[in-house]
This record gives sequence, structure tokens and C-alpha cells, in this order.
Amino acid sequence: MNHQEAIDAKFGAESAMPTEFRDNKRLTVPLEKIYGVLAFLQVQRGFDMLCDLAGIDYLGYADATDRYGIVYSLTNTNSGERLFVKTFANDPDPEVPSVVDLWEAANWMERELYDLFGVKFAGHPDLRRILLPDEFTSHPLRKDYPMRGYGERHNFPTVTRAES
Amino acid sequence: MPLEAVASQYETGTDQEFLYTLNFGPQHPATHTTLRLVLTLDGETIVKAVPDIGYLHSGFEKLGEDLDFNQYVTIVDRMNYVSPVANEIAWHHTIEKLMGLEITPRCKYIRTILAELARISDHLLCVGAVALDLGGLTAFLYAFNEREKVYDIIENASGQRFHPSYTRVGGLINDVNDDFVTQVRAFVKSFPKAHSDVCRLLNKNKIFIDRTQGVGVLTREEAINRSCTGPVGRASGIARDLRKDEPYLAYPELQGAFKIVCSNGGDCLARYLVRMGEMVESVNIIAAAIENLPSGPVNIGTDSNVVIPDKSATYRSIEGLIQHFELFMWNRRFETPVNEVYGANETANGELGFYVVSDGSAKAWRARTRPPSFIHFATFPHLVEGHQISDVAAILGSLNIIAAELDR
Repeated sequence: MNHQEAIDAKFGAESAMPTEFRDNKRLTVPLEKIYGVLAFLQVQRGFDMLCDLAGIDYLGYADATDRYGIVYSLTNTNSGERLFVKTFANDPDPEVPSVVDLWEAANWMERELYDLFGVKFAGHPDLRRILLPDEFTSHPLRKDYPMRGYGERHNFPTVTRAES
Repeated sequence: MPLEAVASQYETGTDQEFLYTLNFGPQHPATHTTLRLVLTLDGETIVKAVPDIGYLHSGFEKLGEDLDFNQYVTIVDRMNYVSPVANEIAWHHTIEKLMGLEITPRCKYIRTILAELARISDHLLCVGAVALDLGGLTAFLYAFNEREKVYDIIENASGQRFHPSYTRVGGLINDVNDDFVTQVRAFVKSFPKAHSDVCRLLNKNKIFIDRTQGVGVLTREEAINRSCTGPVGRASGIARDLRKDEPYLAYPELQGAFKIVCSNGGDCLARYLVRMGEMVESVNIIAAAIENLPSGPVNIGTDSNVVIPDKSATYRSIEGLIQHFELFMWNRRFETPVNEVYGANETANGELGFYVVSDGSAKAWRARTRPPSFIHFATFPHLVEGHQISDVAAILGSLNIIAAELDR
């Protein structure tokens, strides 16, 4: 039984939609089942490493129906097999369940994704900005954020030696 | 990050007045690059470490959506600037995977040689810097002597020492000359001596071993759970190397030339020893590759409509001029499949991957980097807890954090 059939058997039909490109095998999973599917893949199917967590903003992308794509790149360190699990979140309040309790590595990856895309991770222990300063108000990797920014950098408060 | 935010987060309600906070960085000699640690200390013992990063964040991934696949190579250069060629090779490996291009055998071998030179250069810096932070200046000087030779080779190949921007979609900016082969052969010959010099200085050095053995131990389960790859993962016993597991470039043909170096120690000493071992394997790969360097073109044919024609073709033939025009006009450029792909290479620091989403144009819709430094640095608070302040330098050095890649 391959991964897609195993997931469908456990979570109901059409829980995982398989696609393939080059050597990348992808499963698209609906948002409400994503945590269960990832936990299942980790415990039952041997994907013990969360290799990467990628966020994509599909605003204006051809034929896109959802806005934020989140791609979990899973690796089985014993067999070397890779699997890409993809889910989607949408405005106005994009929120995805956190997988920090499954993979500790997700901690910073989710913080980075939150920082740059504004996708929240429910259940994350410490969801703060990581790359940008706390005073920053926007999420720059969103497609509606201009390349030149909104002038945040010029408006930062200047800390003088006397105040610090 | 205001200091109060850090302190309040870990207050347990008990009387912890004896704890005090130390700011480590952002400008500190032992961080090597710009990052900050807020350490909560009980005497000299670290109770809690909270990293504060982002000082070098310059929006590389946003730039990746604005520059085309050939232009962005100058930006990936600046991620892990200790081994920039390896980043370029990983980037164009992913783009070629997206476009389904098969590069020429000569290009594969040249890229393999450069990737291994970059690995040696990176490991030498890491090993030398760890030794330097722990008080051994001589090993650092030996290491940097050899790095200079690597830079000379890269300069000869590309014309640039530090940020070569050498690869292009479908090949390289130019072929290497005969001096390159001579230089690489000389390097293969001279490197083992420098390597053994460093080994003799450090491997049985009591001070060095006392400072690294049992410090910053990462078990295999933790390393897997925290996504450690490369030397950090292998020092914890994960026998995984993309050069063996998912061979790319010329590695399928060079499988006999190298082994995976692993250790069960998981501490700073194991990471040091794995890096030293990997350098020997890298030299073996280079020695095998340079003697089997195929002849023939370095770029795929111009009929593929993706490679930049060389200058003489641009100036002297109408086909070359047309292709140059097609590639450099904003409204032309090459076409890519509307899809997304993840491609990864084994670079010196670990698995450097790119998740590229393409909308059919010559620019990436999204160019996500899987930065090994970022993922390894996330383990740092875990590794450093319970150790002394002086161990921060050893652990930080053994993870080989490059802040430009950390923050991008």
C-alpha cells in the first residue's frame, strides 16, 4: 500500500491528492486533516525528518484557488525516501496547526514562515518574529508587499546612547 | 528584541534572583558573524540561551522573485560566502531539474571538482575557526594557507576570488583552462600535508579534546528530530549523504572514490573529526575527477535556447545574436514549466535545498532556500544548556553558523 492509499484508508477518501513532477512526489492534503496526516506519516510510515518547510504566496498565480501554500518536505532517513506534503491556508486569518510537537525542527521554520508570510501556527510554543524586528508590521514575502517596502526602515525609531 | 521579553518568558515563579543575563553579540569575536545570544547565567553555567537573529536579513528570497535564474546566482553566492560555488551549483541544479535539462559531462565534472573544493574550503574555515576560538592559532593559519589555494583555483576558473557567480543555466560562464588542471593537481598533492599538520596539532591535543569532548552532545534521535544534515547530522550517527543517497552531477560515476564519514559521538569533537575525515574524501573525489575530466563542450547546445552564447557567437553570427537577444530582453527570456520542484545538494554545511515555484517565466515565483545554518542554529539553545560560557565558542564554531545564510 503506498502512502496515498494508506492515508485515504485511515482518513477517508480523497484525503491525499497525489501529484508528481521530476522525482518529487507530492501529496496535497486538506487543511483540517494536515496535522493527523503528518503525525501518521511520521509514526506509521517512517518519515522521521522534517527536512524543510516552504511557504508560497499564490496571489495572482495562474489557476490558483488558494492563497498560501505550505509545503512540508519529509524525509525518511533510513530509506532516503522523500515526500512533499502540501496544504493551503487562506485569508483573512491564515492558520495552520503547528507540528512542533512532532518535529522540534519545525519551531524556527514555522516562526520564519509566520514572520515572512503572516501564516499563524496554532499551538506553536513561541510564535514570535525571527528574522525581522518585532516592530515590523508587514509580512514581506507576500506578493502584495512591494519590492521597495513601505519605508519601514526609514521610520525606525533611533535609539540614542542616552536612552539605551 | 527587548530584554524584558526574554526574561519574562522563562520565569517559573520561583525565586531566581541569582540568575543574571548576559548579552553575547551581535558584535563578538566568537560569533564570527552578526548574531546575538541572550544568555541566562547561574554563575558561569548557562541556564537558558535565547538566540536573536536577523541582523543580516536582506530579503534574498524576495530578490529571488525579482531576478531571473541567471541573475539570482549572484545573490545565492552571498548566502554561505565561505563556499559560494557550492550554493551556485545547488541553485542551478534545482533550476535545471525544473527545466529538465541534462548538462554536459565536462560541466558535471568541473562542477563536482568546484563543489568539493568549496567543501574543503568551508571545512577548513570551520576547523580553523574552532581551533582559533579555543586558543590554537597555528591550526587556523595552516587551514587558511590551504584556503588561499582554493581561492586561487576559483579565481583562475571564473575571474573572481570570492563571489565567482560561475554557473549559468545549462552550464558555466566559461570553460576552464589548462592551468586549472595543473593547479588542482598541485592542490591534491599539497593538501594532505597541510591536513596532517592540522591533525597533528589538534587530534591528540589535550586542551583541544578537553574543550570539545562531551560538549554540545546531540544524540541521533535529536539530530533527526531537529533536521540536522551534513557533518552535524553525520557526527550524530545519521549515515545520510546526498552524494551517495541521491547522486547528482558526476557523483554516480565517482561512487568508488569516496566514503561517508560518520561518528557516534555527537559532540563537538565528533563534528571536528567528521569534517577532517570528509576533507580526505573530498580530495579523493577531486583526484579521481580531475584525471577523468571529459573533453567536449561545457555548455549544452545553443539549440536548447537557454544557454547564453559566448561573445564571439553573439558578435559574429546572426543565430548567436538572436539567442543573446532572446535571453536578455525583458519580454523574452526562456520558458519554464509551470510547476514546482525541490532540488538539494550536499554542501559543506549540510543539505542546501531550493524549493522553486515557477509560473512559466524566467523568474521564480518563489525561491525558497533550505538553509542548513538556520536549521542547525535552531539546535543551539538545546546544545548549550548546562554548559559554561566558554563552551559557547566551541559549540557555535562546531555548528559552523554562517550568518548570511542564517538570515538571508
